[in-house]
Amino acid sequence: MNDRYLRHRTLSGFGDEAQQKLEAASVLVVGAGGLGVPVLQYLNAMGVGRIGIVDADTVSVTNLHRQPLYTEADVGKEKAMVVANFLKQQNSENQKEVYTRYLTSENALELISQYDVVVDASDNFATRYLVNDACVILGKPFVYGGLFGFEGQVSVFNFEDGPTYRCLYPEMSDGVVADCNTHGVLGVVPGIIGNLQALEAVKVITGIGGVLSGTLLLIDTLSMQVFKMRVSAKEENKTIDALKTRYETPGCRNSQTISPEVLAEAAEDYVVLDVRTETEFTAWHIKGSLNIPLEELKDRLDEVAGNKPVCLVCKQAVRTRSAAVILEGHSSEVYELEGGLDNYQSKVGTDETDFK
Amino acid sequence: MSEILLFGVTREIIGSATLKLSEAEYPKNVEELRELLLVRYPELKAIASLKVAVNNDFAEDHTVIRPTDEVALIPPVSGG
Repeated sequence: MNDRYLRHRTLSGFGDEAQQKLEAASVLVVGAGGLGVPVLQYLNAMGVGRIGIVDADTVSVTNLHRQPLYTEADVGKEKAMVVANFLKQQNSENQKEVYTRYLTSENALELISQYDVVVDASDNFATRYLVNDACVILGKPFVYGGLFGFEGQVSVFNFEDGPTYRCLYPEMSDGVVADCNTHGVLGVVPGIIGNLQALEAVKVITGIGGVLSGTLLLIDTLSMQVFKMRVSAKEENKTIDALKTRYETPGCRNSQTISPEVLAEAAEDYVVLDVRTETEFTAWHIKGSLNIPLEELKDRLDEVAGNKPVCLVCKQAVRTRSAAVILEGHSSEVYELEGGLDNYQSKVGTDETDFK
Repeated sequence: MSEILLFGVTREIIGSATLKLSEAEYPKNVEELRELLLVRYPELKAIASLKVAVNNDFAEDHTVIRPTDEVALIPPVSGG
């Protein structure tokens, strides 16, 4: 036995027995982004026997602030490949499987069936519900982590008789709950949440301590308050026969945004559709923009020219997510103003002669 | 109950980290709280699985809310 895991083996409450369980275990990590990076680094360093990495995304320069494994030289490369290379150098004694594709209804059951535990380190609702449903079908526990701004959530679902993700959030929101691309995230926060996910995965595998099952951990990193909310299991969510053929709602990779600077330069190329209320619109709006409040959009689609790209705007790029879903199928190209009009006003200004 | 804790996108929609209700507005159960909030902040409607926790337990619509209870509004989060 080599000394690599000496400090695990000599750790009271862990020891040889738990280390052997780690080395005999397999974990599939879905997503190699802000959450996946710390999860993969720690599980690999700690000696999990077989690690699967699922991600088809490539490294973007905007990932670097919160995914510190990636370097500037990695921009444009496949994340799963870059991570796998790092993990091989970090630990040559365990196995790595690389899947440079997204988890889909077609491949989820086959991939997940080959692992003991799944870590949901994805960045979109569609994948989260897919991971849940596949894990319920296959009887696999999964470690959930999610972020919003300065906040994070962690729990372990489908563990023994515990609740599933659908016991907490039964239905998928239709896109209004913004994802990590349209909203900001403080670089270190996914590191904190991902590390907690790695810890929970270790507890699930080794049986040490208490698994965060039946409890949602909520962290507000600004006030540094931690809340634990109890989640009850609902029998109807524990039995799923088959995956849905489609998991709706686009994730980070599908949302298209336009920066305020670009819109200010080329506003005439777009139908600038302001989905705020009439009162908000009257107070200030981008010159030449069309106002249809979000609540009325469904019924007033015919007012939106279908042959021109649409740029949706609202105050903080929250309502535009819902509006984009409504416009699907009506307009071929739909964009959202990055950060909303608040961002536009701070970047471009509110010059009344230009924009009113 | 005097201060409802807000998480995730509900903070942006409501515009603060907590929401104060006057005593006259106190709802008697979760369903009444939802109705009150949706009238005041229609954008919350788009969150399909907006959860309410009462005293650190995720609650159902029929869960009774007493004036001394701790109430939190918890939406799903997708970021990663």
